[in-house]
Amino acid sequence: MVVFFVFSGAVYARDYGDAIVSASIADARTLMPILASDSASSQVSGMIFNGLVKYNKDIHLVGDLAESWEVKENGLVIIFHLKKGVRWQDGHPFTGRDVEFTYRKMIDPQVRTPYSGDFERVKSLELLDDYTIKLTYKEPFVPALSSWGMSIIPEHLLKDKDINDSEFSRHPVGTGPYKLKSWSTQDKIELVSNHDYFEKRPYLDRYIYRVIPDEATIFLELQTRNIDSAGLTPLQYSRQTDGVFFKKNFRKFLLPSFTYVYMGYNLSDPKFKDLRVRQALNYAVDKEEIIKIVLLGYGTVSNGPFVPQLWAHNPKVKPCEYDPELAKELLRQAGWTDSNRDGWLDKEKRKFEFTIITNQGNQERIKTAQIIQRRLKDIGIKVNIKVVEWSVFIAEFIDKRNFEAIIMGWSLPLDPDNFDIWHSSKTRPGEFNFVGFQNKELDSLLEEGRREFNQEKRKSIYWRINQILYAEQPYMFLYVPDSLSILSSRFEGVKPEPIGIGYNFIDWWVPKDKQKYRAVQ
Amino acid sequence: MSYYIIKRLLGIIPLLLGITIISFVIIHLAPGKPTQLEMSMNPKVSYEARLRLEKLYGLDQPLYLQYTNWLKRFARLDFGPSLTDNRPVLDKILERIPVTLTINISSMLLIFLVAIPLGIRSALNPEGAFDKITTFFVFLFFAAPTFWLALLLMNLFCITLGWLPVSGLTSLDFEYFGPVRKAVDLAWHLTLPVFVSSIGSLAGISRYMRSSMIEALKQPFIYTARAKGLPRNTVIYKHALRNAILPIATILGLSIPALLGGSVIFESIFAIPGIGRLFYEAVMTRDFNLIMAEVVLGAILTMLGNLIADISYAYIDPRIRYRNEK
Amino acid sequence: MKNNKLLTIGIIIISAFALIALFAGLISPYDPSFIDQDNLLMKPSAKHWMGTDNLGRDILSRIIYGARISLSIGLIAVGIATLIGVLLGSIAGYYGGIIDGLIMRLVDIMLCFPTFFLILAVVAILEPSIYNIMIIIGLTGWMGTARLIRAEILSLKEREFIQASRATGASSGRIILTHLVPNAIGPVVINAILGVAGAILLESSLSFLGLGVQPPTPSWGNILIESKSTLGVAWWITVFPGLAILITILGFNFIGEGIKKRIG
Repeated sequence: MVVFFVFSGAVYARDYGDAIVSASIADARTLMPILASDSASSQVSGMIFNGLVKYNKDIHLVGDLAESWEVKENGLVIIFHLKKGVRWQDGHPFTGRDVEFTYRKMIDPQVRTPYSGDFERVKSLELLDDYTIKLTYKEPFVPALSSWGMSIIPEHLLKDKDINDSEFSRHPVGTGPYKLKSWSTQDKIELVSNHDYFEKRPYLDRYIYRVIPDEATIFLELQTRNIDSAGLTPLQYSRQTDGVFFKKNFRKFLLPSFTYVYMGYNLSDPKFKDLRVRQALNYAVDKEEIIKIVLLGYGTVSNGPFVPQLWAHNPKVKPCEYDPELAKELLRQAGWTDSNRDGWLDKEKRKFEFTIITNQGNQERIKTAQIIQRRLKDIGIKVNIKVVEWSVFIAEFIDKRNFEAIIMGWSLPLDPDNFDIWHSSKTRPGEFNFVGFQNKELDSLLEEGRREFNQEKRKSIYWRINQILYAEQPYMFLYVPDSLSILSSRFEGVKPEPIGIGYNFIDWWVPKDKQKYRAVQ
Repeated sequence: MSYYIIKRLLGIIPLLLGITIISFVIIHLAPGKPTQLEMSMNPKVSYEARLRLEKLYGLDQPLYLQYTNWLKRFARLDFGPSLTDNRPVLDKILERIPVTLTINISSMLLIFLVAIPLGIRSALNPEGAFDKITTFFVFLFFAAPTFWLALLLMNLFCITLGWLPVSGLTSLDFEYFGPVRKAVDLAWHLTLPVFVSSIGSLAGISRYMRSSMIEALKQPFIYTARAKGLPRNTVIYKHALRNAILPIATILGLSIPALLGGSVIFESIFAIPGIGRLFYEAVMTRDFNLIMAEVVLGAILTMLGNLIADISYAYIDPRIRYRNEK
Repeated sequence: MKNNKLLTIGIIIISAFALIALFAGLISPYDPSFIDQDNLLMKPSAKHWMGTDNLGRDILSRIIYGARISLSIGLIAVGIATLIGVLLGSIAGYYGGIIDGLIMRLVDIMLCFPTFFLILAVVAILEPSIYNIMIIIGLTGWMGTARLIRAEILSLKEREFIQASRATGASSGRIILTHLVPNAIGPVVINAILGVAGAILLESSLSFLGLGVQPPTPSWGNILIESKSTLGVAWWITVFPGLAILITILGFNFIGEGIKKRIG
């Protein structure tokens, strides 16, 4: 008996039941995971489906539907060993055939998936047996492993179906911890727990995803306790949720995010070709000030393309201090002086003036632009701000390279492969090196980085990449915002980790006496 | 009469063509493609994948071809699939109609049930105390931005007082409720949205009713009727009202397209999945098929509404019918 | 007499706002886009009469400068709409026949479009600068005026003084400009005044969708919209710009109603 208690003490009885209600401004578009390109769809379908691998709480790749894997022949071959005994939510067993089917659909030109790129690198896929898959790649490709985080879809339900068709996407069947119960468009999606989930039955019976398009309304709903979790703005986090009501009913979380915000230069613009100019601008803008005003302090100064909690982030790269005098000096060296004494810098009779473009609907970026505008005015550079609608921004300005400077953010995958953003070959219209950055050393490092499976070596490659990019300043790296959120305090088992709080969702539970919504089943 | 109706109906066709061409051109002039919105800044989405998607959606064809293809499908009443989730456009529209219709019919009822009596009462004693008070409120409500009013009322009734729910149409456990509780729950959720959505028109229509009634009461036949010794109420509610209600009837006809129209702003604030948001999202995501379908349906409804308004006017007022047939 | 009172109050309100807008630079206590990170979300006080917003900007100053933007949008948009409406309406009414038919079909087509769709689409094409917003609101708002003036002219056309001037050999343009339009203008003016109120409201709705005047330029609409994020902690940001819109629209409506009663 004593032994029994010692063991069970660690996992004392948790109650099943209750529901969690979260709110988001957008509805999912499709629950067919391989077609989903919006964050709402990914969030919900992530509860219903599993990939072969996933990131754990410490941001390391671990098996999900895969038990383990082997990397052979310098990374040309990857063998996945699948978990046995996993069942689809309709009871049908999950096997390697489903993986093969998913792969075939990913590379099928008729399937409207945006994610075919990583899978087209596979030379062949062999099913060694029902639970062993051998993948041969055309060339070694490290991000291949994380690409298998792609949700696996069931062959037996989709074999003869048109994947683009909407039937399955409205009634998905996955292997995941939650099943779809109902989906009322633009209103709410309701999921119920999968009692036969291969890890274990989740404690929370229902997951309700409400669509509330207006952020002000979401916040009002929090105040009526009709929703349990939501993201917060810095202002809401610091000033609007510090009263007794929120302290009593909610728990707030401050976690690092996986996004950074930057100002990108058009490097084919003669003004910005000169490295001294880019460095000068970097010295002239006080990032701490931006963080203090725009994020009310909830963020860190960015030192390059990797956020601090990733292993690729090089802590030795220190962001520049704010130094307007040094900025002026660098600009003078580059030939920019106020020769006609009108208060603005000029060179060869041209005033130093440029326009920052950013997208509508993102107040943080617009405010950031205003602060940059003011700081650059201090050193004699005139900045105009133009705010355009997202689709127009992409189509007319980014894709056509029709900009001088832009303010944008990247939310990147957890693998540090930044090839598509920085490699000099990625500058066609619609590709992501739209600033037109070209650097031979960086090119070869990026190529090496996606071939090198040795983690230590890979780390030193990305640390060097981090260093080069900060020194070269193709972007003015601005800040990494904190991810601020709030959750009803009735949920137990929530433990913030580097990756966030959602990683152990199936362990969250509510004691019987605090349960708010009726149990189902 | 039937000749008139047929003529009017035929007149709709060229108008409709004009409308579809104009909207098609406008939509395609706007920069951006439906394939762009979500995936354009996602580094996992490759360049080749994007080109492939544009081809699959037929967005690489010249404009006139895209239009004639659209027109051919439209002739078979096929509006095509939505470009964001591949569901039939018509399904997406039909799914929103019940909600929008419920709210619009409720507010229309509220508007007419409140505005007509208010208007009549004011007209009976113009410049009297009642008239002055209602006029004041009418001006006030007419001038308030809807979303401002909505936010203030939400703050008051939902947060401070806690009497009404903030958003949504039903409670989360709605499906477990009995029929009576369901109805109560729905009404409870609808109170604020319906009130806010009616307030502007309510003010306008009561004003309209007032002036229409004042006008009617000045007509010579009213004096005749009074002179004949008919009771005051008979004169007011039978003779004058019948004439005063005429313009209101046309408004009713003209409101038919509005019954299926929605407002993005108000639907966003109250988190109501209505037509207005569907349309707004379609424009913002460049969902060409969906935009076209909504414009066309809207135009048809507007024209039918006008037609019905004219017919009902003619029906109530024989002078017009006579003129039209001649 | 009461109607005059309405008219007077309306005129007082609107002139007051017009003066504020005109002399914004003199009246405004602060620079409306001055970001003051030490004074975020200050309650109304002697220093900031209407408090500060979430960037520490003075609300009163922003409303004063916003008056300039919002009023010019209202007036210019309606000016454009009225001009187009009067022009097309009088041509249609005067010439009749095919020209009338074509113009009136155009009116029908325009009326079939949901105004919001047109505005959304055009704002997306042209990017939402103040001028584009004025033009778009103007281009989508002329149909009522055109119908009004056409109807007026149709009934005036057969009147004696028009027939007389036609007999003296006056050109069509002259007849339209000197006789028809001035005589038909009453209802058009009322329509236009009420239209200004509508245009100001429309701009604020566009701001709600992020398609109105873009910050940092303050319009009443976008000040009000920015207040949404501080709802519950800073009532002053929500209440004052809303009141500014409310009072201005009341003012225009008073004038419109006042004139209406005077004429008719």
